[in-house]
Order: sequence, then C-alpha cells, then structure tokens
Amino acid sequence: MKTWLKSAFALAIGGTSIVWSGLAQAVEIEYWQYTYASRVEAVDKLIESFEAANPGITVKHTHFPYADYRKKVAIAVSAGDGPDVVQLYYGWLNDYRDGGLIQPLSSSAFPHAKIEEEFFPMVGTMKVDGEYWGLPTAVRSLALFWNTDMFAEAGLSGPPETLDEFVDYAKKLTKTDSDGNYLSVGFAVDTDGQDHHWWREVLIRLYGGQPYSDDGKTVAYTSDAGAKALKFLTDFEASHKTGANGFMNRGQDAFAAGQAGMVLDGSFRISKFVKQDGLNFAISELPGHNGKRYNFSSYWVNGISSKADGEKKAAAEKFLQHLTSDAAMQLWLDTVGELPAKPAVALVDANKTHPLYGPFIRGLSYANATAFVSEKPQRQSLIDAYDMVVLQGADPAAALKKVAKAEQEVFDEFFED
Amino acid sequence: MADFWNKLTIRQKLAITAWLFLAVPLVFYITIRFYPTFEAFYVSTLKWNLLGAKKAIGMKNYIKIFADEDFWLVLWNTIKYALVGVPVSMLIAFIIAYWLNEIDFGHDFIRAMYFIPFLTTAVAMAWVWRWFYQPLPIGYFNIMLSWVGIPQQPFLKSVTQGLYSIMAPAVWAGLGFQIVIFIAGIRAVPRSYFEAAEIDGAGRWQILREITLPALKPTIIFLTVVSTIGFLRIFDQVYTMSADSAGGPLNSTKPLVLMIYEFAFDEFKLGRASALTVILFLILLVVSLVQLWLMRKQK
Repeated sequence: MKTWLKSAFALAIGGTSIVWSGLAQAVEIEYWQYTYASRVEAVDKLIESFEAANPGITVKHTHFPYADYRKKVAIAVSAGDGPDVVQLYYGWLNDYRDGGLIQPLSSSAFPHAKIEEEFFPMVGTMKVDGEYWGLPTAVRSLALFWNTDMFAEAGLSGPPETLDEFVDYAKKLTKTDSDGNYLSVGFAVDTDGQDHHWWREVLIRLYGGQPYSDDGKTVAYTSDAGAKALKFLTDFEASHKTGANGFMNRGQDAFAAGQAGMVLDGSFRISKFVKQDGLNFAISELPGHNGKRYNFSSYWVNGISSKADGEKKAAAEKFLQHLTSDAAMQLWLDTVGELPAKPAVALVDANKTHPLYGPFIRGLSYANATAFVSEKPQRQSLIDAYDMVVLQGADPAAALKKVAKAEQEVFDEFFED
Repeated sequence: MADFWNKLTIRQKLAITAWLFLAVPLVFYITIRFYPTFEAFYVSTLKWNLLGAKKAIGMKNYIKIFADEDFWLVLWNTIKYALVGVPVSMLIAFIIAYWLNEIDFGHDFIRAMYFIPFLTTAVAMAWVWRWFYQPLPIGYFNIMLSWVGIPQQPFLKSVTQGLYSIMAPAVWAGLGFQIVIFIAGIRAVPRSYFEAAEIDGAGRWQILREITLPALKPTIIFLTVVSTIGFLRIFDQVYTMSADSAGGPLNSTKPLVLMIYEFAFDEFKLGRASALTVILFLILLVVSLVQLWLMRKQK
C-alpha cells in the first residue's frame, strides 16, 4: 500500500518537473494596450506572425477600456506585475518615465542612428536624457473632414484652402431656425476633441508664433500670435455664429449625424464616418495661411516596462522590433487606419494619393508634435481659455495670460528636480 | 479543547460565538477601511507619484492647497451642492411624503415609482440627463422650452447654471430614499395625538406645525446629516455630465472628490490627493459630530 503511494508520488513530482522545465524554455511576455477593436485585431495579427518567426516566445495580449488604462498600468507595474511591452500615448512619456514605469531602449537592439534615419523627425520627442524610451508603430495627424452634400447645397465646390476661406465657408454652411438656434453648424468646434491641438501647433504657428519656448520649458503662447489664434477659434461661436462648442455633445457626433459642414479630426475617425449611412464626406489638408501650412502629429508608442529583465527583456526587445517593422506599419495602416511612422513606408505613392489617408500623410511632412509635460492639464489650458472668452466675454490675451500662469506652474513643478 | 469549552458559562459561550462572527467584518473594516484611512494621513505629508520614491515634505501639500485659488472655488462648489441640495431635496421629499401618506389608492405604486431612481445606476442616469440638457435640436429640455417660447438655455455649458443642472439629477435620485424615511417617520407618530388635536379643533396647518414636524425632528436630523454627507461627496454625476469629466466649464461644477480623483489618478500626485482627502475627512467629521450633538439634545 505504502510503496505504490510512494512511487505514485515520485512519478507525480517527476512529471511536474518535466512540464516545468519545458515551460522554462518558453518565454512568455505580456503586451498591454487599450481596447479598440481594430487595434486589438492588428496586434493579434502581429503576435501571430511574431510567434511563427520566434518559436519559444509567446506573447499574451491583454487589453482593457481606455478609461482605466493609465491607472491599471501604473498600479500593476508598480506592484511588479503587468506588461513587459506596453503601449502608451507619447504625451504621457514624462509621467511614465518619472514614475519608473518604463526603461530606456537599449542602443544595441535599437541603435539611435538607425531610429533617427528611419523614423519621422517628430519621434525625436521620445529621446529624453540621451535615451529613446519608446517607438511608435503608427503616427497620427489632423485633416479637415467636410460633408460633400452640405458643400454642394451651399454652392461650394471644394474644401477651403486658407483660414479666410474656412471662415467664409463655415458661415455659408450654417443653418439656423427663425429664433437663431442651430439646425446644423458650419464648423463643429470642439475643445474636448482635437481643436486644442489645432490651436497649439497649427493656428499659433500660422499667425507667426510658437506655443512653447524651444527648450520646451516655458509657455510662449501669451504672444500676439497666441491671442490671434485663440480669437480665430472662439470667433466661430462668439461672433461668426457658425457653431457652438460641443454642439450635439461632440463635434464628431454632429458630423456623423450630417449636421456639421466641417470638423477637424484624425485618421482614426475615418472608420467611424464611413460606417454612417447617408453621410457623404471628403477629406483634405488643413487650411493654410499666408502661404504656409502646419499640422499636429501625435502617436502611441510601445515601450518596455521596467519590470522586464533577463530573457523576458530580450524577448520584449524582439517583439518591439517586430512591432516597429515596415510590414507591421503597413498592416497597421490597413487595419487601424493610422499612418506609418517611417517615411519609407508612409510616403509611397499608393499611400500619398489615397483618397482617405492621403491628406493625413501629406500633412505629416509639415507636422509638429508637442512635447507634453502632462497632457491633461495642458489641454485644460485651451479649454479654460476658450470658456473664458466665449462664456465670460474675456479678452483673448487676458484669458491666455491667466491659463499660461497655471500651465507654467505645471512646467516648473516638473522641471524643478 | 472540548474540556475548556464545557467549563465556560453560557454567557461566555455566547460572547465567544458573537465575537467569532464579528471577527469577519472587523478584520474587513480594519484592513479595507481603517488602515487606508490612517495611511492617507501619512501619505498627505509626502511627495509621491505612486511609483517613485516617497519624499517627506511635511505640510507642504497643505500649504500648496490653501494657496491654490481653484481649491477655494472647488470647496465653495462642494458646499453649494450641500447647502442648496439638502434643503431643496428635503422640502420636496417632505411635501411628497406628507401627501402620499394621506392617500391609500395607489400609495404603494407611487412610492415605488419615486424609489426607482434611487436604485438606478448614477452613471447611467447622469448620461440620460446629460442628453436632456443638450442644446437644440436634440436636447429634450430645450425642446420643451422652445414649445412654450422660452429661449434655449445653456445648462451644462454655463458657469452659472452648470452646478444646479448637475445637482438636479442628484436631488431626484435621492428623493425616493428620503420619502420612504419621511413616511415611516410620519406613521410612527401615535394616531392618538392627531385625534386629540382634531377633537380640540386644530386645523391641518396647526397639526402639521405643532405635532407632525416636532415629532419628525429625529427623522429630519437623520436625513439632513445623511444627505449632507451625500452631497459633500458628490462625484458620479459631475464626472459623467461635465465635458471631458473635468468639472467644467471653468471648474464651476467641480466638487472636492473630483479634485482628489484628478490629483490622484490623472496627475499621480498622491500626496496632494491624500491631503485633500484629509480635509474632506475633517469636514465630514464635523458634520457627523454636529449630528451627534443635536441628537443628544433630544434625550
């Protein structure tokens, strides 16, 4: 009785250790991103091709709603848990770096010269203290979406090319009832959407200024150009009467419902608009001013979390190389609709002349990315300045002075140590 | 063991059994509630971003908070939610409860109808109200205003109307609970008091003023304290209904709890957030102590 029990026990232990040693050879790394159907699909495809090319490494793909994303990553990594490779918005880099959530990319796996040669120059904001901290698969830029039916009805044949035309068209596209309430707006201004980027990186520059000092440590939009840019943006609601901030809840909703003539958004919104029945739209580059054009670009990067070390780190580096390969970038464009982060992939003719992606890709060549210290409070600056002007009748220059003070405090606090 | 157990008196056995059952919630409360509460006092003296090293900075978080004009605005907003929300909701709840108590036909049904919002998820309800408040052509309230020829109102997009627009669904949601407690309070007053008053020729108004309201004093105090604490902790409605969950426009609807949340989970300034939590804790403590003092005077 006792002998068979002993041998069964020995067998069980032996069996377990065989399974155990088998597991030890296979490295499993974890990849985290937020839930967005097309992004999840794209990463699943990339993991499949990666695992086929790298037997012995498996990638566990975890995703959860955007609303909880930052918190979960922060809490999990600080508890020594969570992802090895993690996706983060480029504007969060400083928060993540400061918090010790991610580690710098090793220059053996990711030589700096190669990054600087292959990627669009705005990826330079990922280089802090002489190290790269993350690399994008895809980049984003802004473009003008316009409702072709409403344009035809208003007798307009093409998109506005300049800021003056933009205002003129917005007026022509606006419809109100007899009491002056909007039935449809010419331009769906939306400070919670992309308009703060438009103001910061496009409008201010078009008026000859710049949002921040060259070293990125001082607010510079309290200039005449900043005030002119803010006045341009607030005038749509305050004096041209061509739309109200958040009309129909969000600018993208108003446009999707066919009740906005124009809206500014990123290429990721295309998939939403093409699904709308009865919505006919076209996309063009953002209007220029005095013969100049600017654009805003942003991106999500993949970084290696501070938790990954040893063979997991080696596996994570391999996976990150795969995520930032040329093939991955074309797949990402075709699946998600975000633009390749390398000119060699993005600026091929088929992409440049694409009716939907073309304007975004052309915009990349004159785009700037903001080196955010902390995106949320910095975005709040424009939202508050806009409300001061439109809701409280403040002078644009005075409003900017007020929000600049708060934003400068965010900068100072960040750079003090 | 069995020997030891048998030697105990029934009283001792009962006590041990009781403590055994109490141990579970006690452990839960100590680890989940009390420990983090005391931890917050400690964290409020640190500069800490949840991940990096903790740096002791003494009272600096508090100094920064008191020097921040947004804090005073947010504190005033929080007080406004309570100062307006509590009397308005209690008055409406009492009027409904008073008349609901007078009817028999449909009493249960109507009471249930008033109670449903209390059971509804605050976030779902707040989203529906957010849509109600939209401008024309989609906002229900503005559509109704346009029917009677009143110009459309900005509601959530206004620095003056925003706070009250967000308060309204919070009042509405709490109404059912207050009504049920008020009805229970009214029914607990001995009928003989009312009968005696009627025989003496007292009118309805006199009975209400001289008998019903004084008899309801404990109920009123209880509801005042519970709903004051509720309004001081308002969060869900503001988070859901203000654009970008920022308590805007221009911080005009932001309560203390939302500010704590933003510091903790948007900016990862755990020290500053904890200091604000301590301040909120002290405010709630004072409210509760005032309640205890008022209740003591009853006896």
